Amino acid sequence: MGTVDPVAIGFFFVFIMLTLGITYWAARKTRTAEHFYAAGRSVTGLQNGLALAGDYMSAASFLGIAGLVALSGFDGLIYSIGFLVGWPIVMFLIAEPLRNLGRYTFADVVAYRLSQRPVRVAAAFGTLSVVAFYLIAQMVGAGNLIRLLFGLSYELAVVITGGVMLLYVLFGGMIATTWVQIVKAVLLLGGAFLLAILVLLRFSMNPLALFAAAAERYGEAVLAPGQLVSDPIDAISLGLALMLGTAGLPHILMRFYTVPDARTARTSVSYATAFIGFFYLLTFILGFGAMVLVGQDAVRAADPGGNMAAPLLAAAVGGRGFLGFISAVAFATILAVVAGLTLSGAAALSHDLWVNVVRRGEVPEREQLVVARLATIVLGVLAIVLGVVFKGQNVAYMVGLAFAIAASANFPALVLSVFWRPFTTRGAQASMIAGTLSALVLIYLSPTIQVSVLGREAAWFPLRNPGLVTIPLAFVVGIATSLLRPERSAAEAFPALERRLHLGAD
Amino acid sequence: MKDHKTALSDLASAQWRLALTLTAAMMAVYFSFILLVAFAKPLLGTLLVPGLSLGTLLGALTIVSAWILIWIYVRWANDHYDRTVTTLRGRD
Repeated sequence: MGTVDPVAIGFFFVFIMLTLGITYWAARKTRTAEHFYAAGRSVTGLQNGLALAGDYMSAASFLGIAGLVALSGFDGLIYSIGFLVGWPIVMFLIAEPLRNLGRYTFADVVAYRLSQRPVRVAAAFGTLSVVAFYLIAQMVGAGNLIRLLFGLSYELAVVITGGVMLLYVLFGGMIATTWVQIVKAVLLLGGAFLLAILVLLRFSMNPLALFAAAAERYGEAVLAPGQLVSDPIDAISLGLALMLGTAGLPHILMRFYTVPDARTARTSVSYATAFIGFFYLLTFILGFGAMVLVGQDAVRAADPGGNMAAPLLAAAVGGRGFLGFISAVAFATILAVVAGLTLSGAAALSHDLWVNVVRRGEVPEREQLVVARLATIVLGVLAIVLGVVFKGQNVAYMVGLAFAIAASANFPALVLSVFWRPFTTRGAQASMIAGTLSALVLIYLSPTIQVSVLGREAAWFPLRNPGLVTIPLAFVVGIATSLLRPERSAAEAFPALERRLHLGAD
Repeated sequence: MKDHKTALSDLASAQWRLALTLTAAMMAVYFSFILLVAFAKPLLGTLLVPGLSLGTLLGALTIVSAWILIWIYVRWANDHYDRTVTTLRGRD
């Protein structure tokens, strides 16, 4: 490891060529803002399901969870489950309202019957915070992983990731981003499936034989809960943030605008949940495969965090060629996730802030496209700069933070605006700002930053993820503010919202 | 025959009730699993057959339960909900 691997680079080069070809094709179809943000609303349920899965299955969930399972067994499964159980919530409360009430961003829905400008500003604040932290985590992960997998320097890896992603989004908009997600999801699911089959072939296709072999070598403790969940309140707080954060991630929410109607939105969540659940079951097998066939010591020697478990396993069961393929898939995975994030951040900057706040909604089509692309460039460059600035920093907490902000800033406001008649503009504003700020402040005061990052003895706030406090807080603040000062026009517009929510746009 | 407005708000509250029930069910399943992991570690480590611990089984079942809850919702929505929506739209 750590040397330039020609096979991996070859596979990756093929992926880049293919996706840039797609981008070229998509660029010719991207003529309006509706193409740029929402792929012309022509994506099918299966395609969007794959793209949702592609947006969601990050390198952290592939390499990270396989590594966690390889090093600590059962505990890795707890993480996977936390990342999956948000999808039913997306289905029951989020997907159809978004599709029927909004155009490009989730703020469209929150602002539907409220005053546009204050709501948009607060929503953009929450969205951009989520996107920024998620992007930093992805870019730093990209730099480290690609150095490990391909032997490229950290900075070069960050620049390639940022640059290629920028090409996808800038020219191909949502059409290219969707297809990059689909290609990546198929490669990742296919690669993980093939790897799992190669592992299971050695255990007469019986996962239980694999688990038994692991227990024989490392003790039955690998099949039982270990140290990951020691404090139940802490675990529930993290679980809540993962669950409701999924339903508030801007790049996931944005995908529901790419389908033609609510029924297709529903179908796409079913597919996405099936793929993601299947993928997490596969990573469990891959982790145990690495534990038995590679060995915990070898996994730890390659990377103390365990990130190399899946690639090492690929080399062990499929040889160097397969290692190259899996490495290229991991790189593709990061690229696709970063592209989705950047597009959703660009939508918040251009559609929410420029079009609806600065220009008050009166904007010609051409200007919308130009501003969207400028916003994309700004975010792409920012992603590269942040990736380089945070080199060598411990950014593992940033994904948890992004989920905590998404769950506290976006989810409560979204649910209240759709399902609770007395909700007001001030209530929405207060809820989103309270959610974002409380998540930021409490993460800073938590052991996650104070102990793990700053190296202090103890932290003022006991929970590692603040979801258990900040999510209820955002709900209470939103409800209390709305009840204190009712907004008659918002309540009067509720029947129209309800009508459009269920019957769709005319 | 009920008027249009009542029919719509009936549909809205039926959808809301089901969505809320299924959300609560998912949370109940997931948080029970987490609480078991926190408080009943030895129990979850019990081997049912060689290689399969109770914890692994329950974890996999948590994922399966997410699929089942979604399936219940989609069945209701594609069938009952969509039919009512079509009727209501047709009445405009």
